[in-house]
Amino acid sequence: MNATRSPLRLRHQLPLLAWLVLVWMLLWGTLSWANLLSGAAVALLVTLLLPLPHVVGGTRVRPLPLLAFLGHFVADLVVSGAQVAWLALRPGGRRLSAIVRVQLRTDSDLLLTMLAEALSLVPGSLVLDLDREERTITIHLLHVRDRAHVERERADVLVVEERLVRAFGSAQDVAALERGPVRPGPAVEGPAR
Amino acid sequence: MTAVVDVVAMACLLAGAFLCLTAGLGLVRFPDVLSRMHAGTKPQVLGVLLVMVGAAIRLEGWSNAWMLLLVAAFQLLTAPVSAHMISRVAYRRRHVRRDLLLVDEFDAPAPADRLYLGDEPGDAPPEDPAVAVAEHVVDEGPPAGAPRG
Amino acid sequence: MTVVTLVLYGLIGGGALLALVRLAMGPSLLDRVVATDTLLVIISAGLAVYAALERDPTVVPVLVVVSLLAFVGSVSIARYVGGMLRGSATGDGRDLGLPVAAEEREGGR
Repeated sequence: MNATRSPLRLRHQLPLLAWLVLVWMLLWGTLSWANLLSGAAVALLVTLLLPLPHVVGGTRVRPLPLLAFLGHFVADLVVSGAQVAWLALRPGGRRLSAIVRVQLRTDSDLLLTMLAEALSLVPGSLVLDLDREERTITIHLLHVRDRAHVERERADVLVVEERLVRAFGSAQDVAALERGPVRPGPAVEGPAR
Repeated sequence: MTAVVDVVAMACLLAGAFLCLTAGLGLVRFPDVLSRMHAGTKPQVLGVLLVMVGAAIRLEGWSNAWMLLLVAAFQLLTAPVSAHMISRVAYRRRHVRRDLLLVDEFDAPAPADRLYLGDEPGDAPPEDPAVAVAEHVVDEGPPAGAPRG
Repeated sequence: MTVVTLVLYGLIGGGALLALVRLAMGPSLLDRVVATDTLLVIISAGLAVYAALERDPTVVPVLVVVSLLAFVGSVSIARYVGGMLRGSATGDGRDLGLPVAAEEREGGR
């Protein structure tokens, strides 16, 4: 099907190949040429036998925002982990949950995937659904006190999105972030896949 | 020096083990599937990370440390995926305590499953069990591909 | 040191026991899936604690296998339950219980 674009494909597959070789070397636990070569052979075999669709739209990594994102992420992980643990421990009480839909601003498959992963990993929120066309994400919040709390959590999701886009997004994505949420028209279609 | 490192490793192990206990506790105490999923899959991520860090410090070999790093990475990558798949099915099967929901802004893209199988929470919305069962029986009539109602 | 060992195994064992309680009680299949998932992760945490306490690296490869097995298990059961949903047979074999890829959805519903 896409054999005609094989050089392009190879370029897109390169990160995947590197990741597979890395996993192979980590599994063996030692860094040696034999491991590197056998890992490359296995990675090539895997990508040839089980091809994946390539990721559309590359990313660029900005080191400083990346550090900010990772720092906030770890802090969130610890703080909300403690909160969920406390919710499990504390006696009694009627707890309210909420299912919230958030309008996102970014329009990149990769960024949306990373955002969903990051939101799911942080305790207290669980991704139920991601609507690609409408660019909305639906999350379940474990514990909310009132409407104001819901709105705060919604703002938090947007803040996480902003940090993520500033760390990984292209210049275009960052610009979209500043434009604010725009409901995409029905005619808008991404580049041909 | 080694004493300090050992104390750090033990602290990591203790915190991780404690989070495992709270995961079990939340699993028993929370009211519905989605909340239980928070308890089951979330402290578990942080807990497993802490336990892996502690074990990597104690085992003192790079090859073990790499493998533990790999376990942690798998955990971080896979936990959201399985949680998402289960929670989506849980929502459609109405395994959600709606009386405990403050807001529900999820207009499900697919109609919710209407057939009662008897394992829904007691307050699942009354959607005419008799009608749903009748539909179920009727749907069995035509072969596969009956239009969803 | 022995006190720490006892406390560690106690915490892990308590967590595993509670997960087993939910596995036995859990009214629905999905509760049991979540409980099994958690139980497997608690077991792998217990293995890691054992490896750390005894400084015994032989169980480390087991950890890799268990962590992947937990994922494959819960995803396949989620798929199975999704297939059980009423109205999940759309005629074209697509499973409504599962997230639909953006390319397949063609302009939303």
